[in-house]
Amino acid sequence: MTDHNSTSNKERSYQLLMGAVDQELTSSELKEFNHLIKTDPGFRKEWEQYKKLKEVTQAMKFKSPPKEVWDNYWMNTYNKIERGIAWIIFSIGAIILITYGLFKAVEAIIADPQLEGIIKIGIIAVLLGLVILLVSVAREKLFVRKSDPYKEIQR
Amino acid sequence: MTKEDEIDERSIILLCQRGDKQSYGRLVEKYMKRAYFIALGLVGVHEGALDLSQDAFVRAYRSINKLEADRKFFTWYYQILRNLCFNYLRDAARHAHPFSKIGENQINNIIDSSQDSSLQVEQKELKEAVWKAMDELKPHEREIIILKDFQELSYKEIAESMDCPIGTVMSRLFTARQALKNKLESYFND
Repeated sequence: MTDHNSTSNKERSYQLLMGAVDQELTSSELKEFNHLIKTDPGFRKEWEQYKKLKEVTQAMKFKSPPKEVWDNYWMNTYNKIERGIAWIIFSIGAIILITYGLFKAVEAIIADPQLEGIIKIGIIAVLLGLVILLVSVAREKLFVRKSDPYKEIQR
Repeated sequence: MTKEDEIDERSIILLCQRGDKQSYGRLVEKYMKRAYFIALGLVGVHEGALDLSQDAFVRAYRSINKLEADRKFFTWYYQILRNLCFNYLRDAARHAHPFSKIGENQINNIIDSSQDSSLQVEQKELKEAVWKAMDELKPHEREIIILKDFQELSYKEIAESMDCPIGTVMSRLFTARQALKNKLESYFND
C-alpha cells in the first residue's frame, strides 16, 4: 500500500512537473506544485532542468520545404482523391469485364467435346482462382481497410 | 481555436460531408503545414512526410462522413496520420535519414547576444546534440515532444489527438522528456 502510494505520489509529481514546465497547471495544481518546490530541493532541481530542456526543444524548428510545396499541396491532394475514385471505377469495370470474359471462356471450354474432363476441371480451377485473386487484391488496395492491425498502436 | 473558428470549421465539414471538394481544400490548406511537420518529425524524410500527410488527407476525405459533429477535424485526422506514419516506420529500411538532417538549427534565438564565443560554441554543440538525441528517441517519445514543443499543441488537443486522458499526456511527456534529458546528461545534469 505504501509502495502504491509512493508510486502514485511520484506519478503525480511528474505530472505537476510537466504541467508547470508547459504552464498548463490549474490554480489548485499550482498550489500543489509550489508546495513541492518549497519542500523538496530534488524536485526543484528537476524542475529547473526540465525548464531548460523545454527552452531548448521549443526553440527548435524543422527546415521548411520550398514555397511551391505549399502552393501545390492541395492540388496534389485533390489529384490523389480524384485518382483514387478513378481507380475504383476502373477496377470495378475491369473486374466485371474480366469476370464476364472468363465466364464465357469457361462456357466454351465446357462445351468443347475435344477436351478431356480433367483438363476442363484444371482450366476452370485456374480461372476461378484468378477471379478470386483479382477481387481480393482490388478490394485490399482500393478500399481503406477497416481492420488495420496497427489502428490501436500505442494509445 | 476560438468559438467562431470552431463553428466555421463545423460548417466547412458539413459541406465536405455533402461532397464539396473545394471546402475540403480549405481544411487541407488550414492544416497542411501542421500535418506535414508532424509527419516529418515522425518519419524524418521530406518526401515521406509529404506523401503520408497527403495520403492521410485523402483517407480522411473518403471517411469524412464518419466524423462526428462534436469532434475537431485535426484531432480526428491526426489518428489517421499517425497510423500511416507508424506503419511507414515499421519498415526500418525506410528510416535511413537521421533526424538531425531535417532540423533547422534555430536554437540561437535563446542565446543571449552578449554571450562570449565559447558559450556560443557550447550552444552550437547543444543544438547538434539535441537533434541527435531526438533521433535516438523511440517514435512514440518523439511524437509527444513534437506535438507539445514543436507544434505547441495544448494538453487538451494532444489528449484528443491521441485519444487518451490529459494525465496520460503529462505522464508520457515526462517519460519522453526524461529520455531526452538522459541522452543529454552532460548538458542538463550539472
